[in-house]
Amino acid sequence: MTHDEIIKTIIASSGTSPDVQRQQLLQYLCQIQHDLSHIPGHAITQLADLMQMPEAEIHGVIDFYSFLHKDARGEYDILLSDSITDHMLGSRTLLQQLCNRLGVEPGVPRSDGRVTVDTTSCTGLCDQGPAMLVNGTAVSRLGDSRIEQICALIEAGTGISQWPAEFFEIEDNILRRDLLLADETTAASADGSALRALIASSSDALLDVIEQSGLRGRGGAGFRTGMKWRFCKQAESDSHYVVCNADEGEPGTFKDRVLLNSYADSVFEGMTLCAGIIGAQRGYLYLRGEYRYLLEPLQAVLQQRRDNGLLGQGILGKNGFDFDIEIHLGAGAYICGEESSLIESLEGKRGIPRKRPPFPVTLGYLNKPTVVNNVETFMAAAKIAALGADWYCAAGTPESSGTKLLSISGDCERPGIYEYPFGVTIKQVLEDCGATNTQAVQIAGAAGTTLPVADADRTIAFEDVSTAGSIMVFNNERNLLDMVQNFAQFFVHESCGFCTPCRVGGSLLKDLVEKLVNGHATQYDVAEMKQIGALMQGTSFCGLGTTAANPVLDLLNRFPQLVEEQLAHSGYEPAFDLDDSLQEARDITGRDDAGAHIGSHT
Amino acid sequence: MNEVKTFRLDGVDIEFSEGDTIMDAALRAGAYIPHLCHNPEFTPHGSCRVCIVEVNGGQVSACTQPAAAGLEVDNASEAIVEERRNLLQMLFVEGNHMCPGCEKSGACQLQAVAYYTGMLSPHYTHFFPQRSVDASHPDTAIDFNRCILCELCVRASRDVDHKNVFSLRGRGIDTQLTINSPSGKLGDSTFAATDKAAHVCPVGAILPKHRGYEQPIGNRLYDRQPISVVGDVAAYEPGNKGDGHD
Repeated sequence: MTHDEIIKTIIASSGTSPDVQRQQLLQYLCQIQHDLSHIPGHAITQLADLMQMPEAEIHGVIDFYSFLHKDARGEYDILLSDSITDHMLGSRTLLQQLCNRLGVEPGVPRSDGRVTVDTTSCTGLCDQGPAMLVNGTAVSRLGDSRIEQICALIEAGTGISQWPAEFFEIEDNILRRDLLLADETTAASADGSALRALIASSSDALLDVIEQSGLRGRGGAGFRTGMKWRFCKQAESDSHYVVCNADEGEPGTFKDRVLLNSYADSVFEGMTLCAGIIGAQRGYLYLRGEYRYLLEPLQAVLQQRRDNGLLGQGILGKNGFDFDIEIHLGAGAYICGEESSLIESLEGKRGIPRKRPPFPVTLGYLNKPTVVNNVETFMAAAKIAALGADWYCAAGTPESSGTKLLSISGDCERPGIYEYPFGVTIKQVLEDCGATNTQAVQIAGAAGTTLPVADADRTIAFEDVSTAGSIMVFNNERNLLDMVQNFAQFFVHESCGFCTPCRVGGSLLKDLVEKLVNGHATQYDVAEMKQIGALMQGTSFCGLGTTAANPVLDLLNRFPQLVEEQLAHSGYEPAFDLDDSLQEARDITGRDDAGAHIGSHT
Repeated sequence: MNEVKTFRLDGVDIEFSEGDTIMDAALRAGAYIPHLCHNPEFTPHGSCRVCIVEVNGGQVSACTQPAAAGLEVDNASEAIVEERRNLLQMLFVEGNHMCPGCEKSGACQLQAVAYYTGMLSPHYTHFFPQRSVDASHPDTAIDFNRCILCELCVRASRDVDHKNVFSLRGRGIDTQLTINSPSGKLGDSTFAATDKAAHVCPVGAILPKHRGYEQPIGNRLYDRQPISVVGDVAAYEPGNKGDGHD
């Protein structure tokens, strides 16, 4: 097919009115990007005509998502995961090796169009990194020899489907099972038992069960699931929606990948249960672009559920119980894990968060009442409906009932997925995963909290240390400044740019962290970082901005000795290097003698 | 039941109606809460964060926060004023704001709010971004150096003019205002100087051509009285509510 034909086929695949098509814009763009390795100008013109929207707006959407490009990428588009845990496993060296061996600069396609090598935010493979994506498919456990093999395959022009299968083996690595993961097979949760329980009693009774279980949102915020569903059910509207947030972008988190890989049936069951309770007929799973390789397996699970009468019209023979699920792809934007940004993105737009209130439970997708829950929350809800609130409450603490899936990576012998009852101590977690000589633990990802190992008696629970699941371990040989710098860069890359403190403050903070890392920072800069960080926490528009300064502030407040060692001991250091600033003048005049230099910092 | 509902703003009772934000009620009562991206003619945005106030111990933007009976709203504590000052300083270093050479100086809301909050210098490290000036339109010029991304022109062009001349592109610190025309130039778009979008810019980014420096410095909008008394610059645009032109 020619480019034009591909574009026409994609556009013709769904939607009739411009309004409906506009909601599909991001999905069209993802498909065009996938098929053509970029979004050509004439595709943008065609889409603009069809949807009766300005081309500039389509450009705005393309610019917003890291995985969409207006210029052709290489035939092989390689993105190395740039998470701190990948760095710790040697990814920066591998990036260099890959670039040298293939003769490319990061981010620039090779002149023959064969390959692009670039980096991307955490790909959710921290327990089996360093990892990369090649044309959207994940390759784990990179090392010298694997990189050499990949380079050879690329030079030979071998199609990815012909690459050795072991490159693409992604392991679940479930190392501790509790309530949720107790049955090792997916079949046990594929039988519609939650939906049968719903049909056997009533939506009110089942909602009571969810409330009694004390289940709280597993995406990190911990809002009570039963209350969220009740608010949504009570919101009057001609339609309600169920949305599963599978935009697992928090660095160091990968439990949703495992659930979607091996427990998707339970997740869809939970969504269907929610639909039955709140009265929704349509649901969406928003899958992060980094997990595109899960799209087809997930669609197969959905089809199987339709075939088994667990989705579609008249679910389990119950007249009027109609519900179906569509999968929407993200395209490389961490902000879309924020529920209102996710809704904007589902509607095909730039993922800019909405103001709250109103909350999605009253005005969500297409301004209709919408429940947005995390993958793990839906799975837990399905199990609770089938097995009862008491079964769930038996584990955990009074404030945090049940269990939590932790994604553990970094300096430990056994990284992977661990399911614990809430209330487990960090010390226990560290012991179980084989962490020794630990300096600090980063809990809840880049937006989370950095705890010195002295605080390991604290517990994982909403009332103590809350996390959506990310636990990254740093031993005594690590320089925590590397982590803080990685996170500061991450937030600059991922800020949506809507509000002043996150957009500008994040950039200022990143530059100050760099100054600290380079040994040029002073007490004055430390005070500046604290002040900017507090401003971001206090005044940002959404959760990304309010948490983006956490790693910097935690470093300054909890590891003052590390900071002190790093300071230049003068009262004030300029933000720029004086000698460096003269380089342009030296280039112009052709001078490079001592008189053309100012005593440099080093 | 028509009971009058009130909240307290810096110790003063402010009446409000159902559906009002804190900003709506304050504006109606003639109480000034500094703001840039807010214009009462448009849907609240909440992006500049300058209208941040403290409500019952938490910080919210007054333009997006629904008013509620009994709220204690702090709009004037030194902590709040300092935060606003820092936000303004961030806006000043993000773009290229050279007040002495700017036609809008003296009638610029960014400058006036900065004076109001006691900002004496931009404080932070300047970004000095490379941005362009678009003089392609016969009647209106755009200086992107001064854009603060308030999206008032975007909203006006979309919601009032129904032209969609402006939109945003990029992400994060690379976010920029963009013009919807084949060349990306204003002169090539459907924009007209009579558009609402030509009369809502709170800074000197969108300026009429051919009438430079008509008002001498000293006679400009905010030269005699502070913005808390004068109000928004947009209200003084010809044809807009509260037209301040003689």
